[in-house]
Amino acid sequence: MSATPQYRVCPTTGLKVFGATQALIKANAVAAVVFLAVGGLFGLSVALTRWPDVHLLPMDWFYLALTAHGLDVLLCWIIFFEVAVLYFASSVLLNCRLAAPRMAWLAFWLMVIGGVLTNITVLQGNSSVMFTSYTPLQAAPNFYLGLIIFAVGALIACGVFFGTLVLAKDERTYEGSVPLVTFGALTAAIIAVFTLASGAIILVPTWLWSLGYISHIDPLMYKLVWWAMGHSSQQINVSVHVSLWYAVAAILLGAKPLSEKASRLAFLLYIFFLQLASAHHLLVEPGVGSEWKIFNTSYAMYLAVLGSMIHAMTVPGTIEAAQRRLGFNKGMFEWLRKAPWGNPAFSGVFLSLVLFGFLGGISGVVLGTEQINLIMHNTVYAPGHFHATVVTGTTLTFMAVTYLLVPLVFQREIMFPRMAKLQPYVFAIGAGGISLFMMAAGTLGVPRRHWDITFADSIFPYQIPSAGFLMMALNGVCAILAATGGLMYIVNTVASVFFGKRTGDAPVKTYAATPAQAMGRPVVADYGSAGTMYIPGTIVLVGVFFVSFVLYYYVNWKYLAEVWPLR
Amino acid sequence: MAITSPDNRLWWKEPIHRIELAWIIIAFLWGLVMFFTMTFWHAFGQQNLSNTTYKVMPQAFAAKAERMAEQYKVREELGIPVVHPPPGSDVYLIGRIWMWWPILELEKGQSYRFHLSAMEYSHGFSLQPVNINIQLQPGYEHVFTMTPTDSGEFGIICNEYCGFGHHTMASRLYVVEKSTARSTQE
Repeated sequence: MSATPQYRVCPTTGLKVFGATQALIKANAVAAVVFLAVGGLFGLSVALTRWPDVHLLPMDWFYLALTAHGLDVLLCWIIFFEVAVLYFASSVLLNCRLAAPRMAWLAFWLMVIGGVLTNITVLQGNSSVMFTSYTPLQAAPNFYLGLIIFAVGALIACGVFFGTLVLAKDERTYEGSVPLVTFGALTAAIIAVFTLASGAIILVPTWLWSLGYISHIDPLMYKLVWWAMGHSSQQINVSVHVSLWYAVAAILLGAKPLSEKASRLAFLLYIFFLQLASAHHLLVEPGVGSEWKIFNTSYAMYLAVLGSMIHAMTVPGTIEAAQRRLGFNKGMFEWLRKAPWGNPAFSGVFLSLVLFGFLGGISGVVLGTEQINLIMHNTVYAPGHFHATVVTGTTLTFMAVTYLLVPLVFQREIMFPRMAKLQPYVFAIGAGGISLFMMAAGTLGVPRRHWDITFADSIFPYQIPSAGFLMMALNGVCAILAATGGLMYIVNTVASVFFGKRTGDAPVKTYAATPAQAMGRPVVADYGSAGTMYIPGTIVLVGVFFVSFVLYYYVNWKYLAEVWPLR
Repeated sequence: MAITSPDNRLWWKEPIHRIELAWIIIAFLWGLVMFFTMTFWHAFGQQNLSNTTYKVMPQAFAAKAERMAEQYKVREELGIPVVHPPPGSDVYLIGRIWMWWPILELEKGQSYRFHLSAMEYSHGFSLQPVNINIQLQPGYEHVFTMTPTDSGEFGIICNEYCGFGHHTMASRLYVVEKSTARSTQE
């Protein structure tokens, strides 16, 4: 055996940070931010093209940029960041060295090679098949090959995560059960294995097809299996960013889950039911039965939605309970008013929680309702929905967490603290606006993935209502705002990581007794036990959420009832 | 805390607080309500997409559409036949790069058995401004019954990306009042 791996003790959390883990978290986080920068730029150019009065890109560049945008942000940015989170949640939180760091480096380089290869292939111009690459549209073989290499890398990273869990248990580096955040990360990793396996099942034959070894890929089968990767991988994101909500609340406020059992049950529901979501993309498809659609699109009677709704109470609930313990006990909402809104890690997480729930969650259920999908499918409502989940949910959370990652793992101070303070708000307003205005445009019939909604080159141009044009213009304005927020994030992160002042042994500012101290102390209130939990503010928030949900759901049934009868 | 192991090693034996439990039950019941709303709509709602689909060779489907167009063609617009099939009959619509073929003229309040299929790539049938959206796949003939309840000129646009001409793929659908329909046919 080699010498004991080197580690340092984190002055803020008291956790052991091993050298190899730290280097790998840094590498994956940096790669993530690079892909975010590239993908974000493509995204901005797409939004500016879809703003009818600006119409920035020529046609071929538009479809190319749209393909690259999906690839770089939805796949590369998010999965690189998630790998960093997996290493954090296993090695750091469990005080354990990382299992097989060399394999972790192999995973990293495979992901880099895969991501870069697919990007180059897209930029060569013959692979503008969108991120979904529905057959019979065909991309160059390297497009699929790059995705496969990337997926293999991500799968190895999951393996390293599982290995580290086993190692930590073997070496007894923690007592009892793993922390909730690790449990959430485990959920994500389990879903990731399912997802990546589905990806392999469909992308390997499609790659062989593009090389000419297979004659035919059934388009419906492709879509079904591809979305077992494509949609389920969004559930990896949900598991990870919900875990990070709990983590940030714990690090900043010393927050404790209201009930370990309820929060873990919610994650467990994700593992059991989220994989059915491929059906969301097949609701108006030929050749799929209604029974299949209803069962799968509802995650078997909305049991995965139930998981998210549990988190919708327990996450703000843990924050409220922690704030009340810190003395913000006046009235219904003092805990919220006097929350650390100036700390970008907190504000980012809370904004993400609200926007993900209200915009992303509700619209997702409505869009995924079998019959309502008829009046929304493939309109720009769909990107509206998933920008609310993936951008205001996942991306905003990852940005918020970066403001803790830089001092805790990179051991650098944030270089421009004022810019950091403002950034989550700018980005949240921009990204929230994108989601909202695309959804509005979708209800007016504006199609997604469309270069020119004036239909100027068509022999039978259709005139989209002028409100639709207005919505796409507002979408463009919000995209500029979101891109500004994104730029603020990237500039600040890159500057801090490379040129920021070293933090040395000074702990990061938190608002509770530091977690290190809290760990050694008996808890003040045992929220897990019946009778001591007091979260009236959260109950009001959840009530507002529930009423909005029910109203919006039935309003859309009413819209559906007004269209031409179909059977 | 969420980043440390649970304080209570037997966390699964801790009771869930009644407020949290109440919310879990409400959320579960709401899920059931939404689930059964979809089921209910199949029994009582007017907008349900049919599950009837046939496997078909694209050429065979095109031949059926051409036969219909030949039989019921009433005029031509920019080289595309406008077809007025009798109410209740089978109507065929082809999605192909980058056009819809033929143009259909239907009567208000009458039901038609639609057959939709794509020739080479997937296309998206998007009827505007009604905003009914149905997917087309090559090799699959999707059959459903639709009843136009408004008259006028409607747009059919493609909302599934189908290559560089995707944004030009638009057509029309006419719905005429019953009486005028008969007079134009005579």
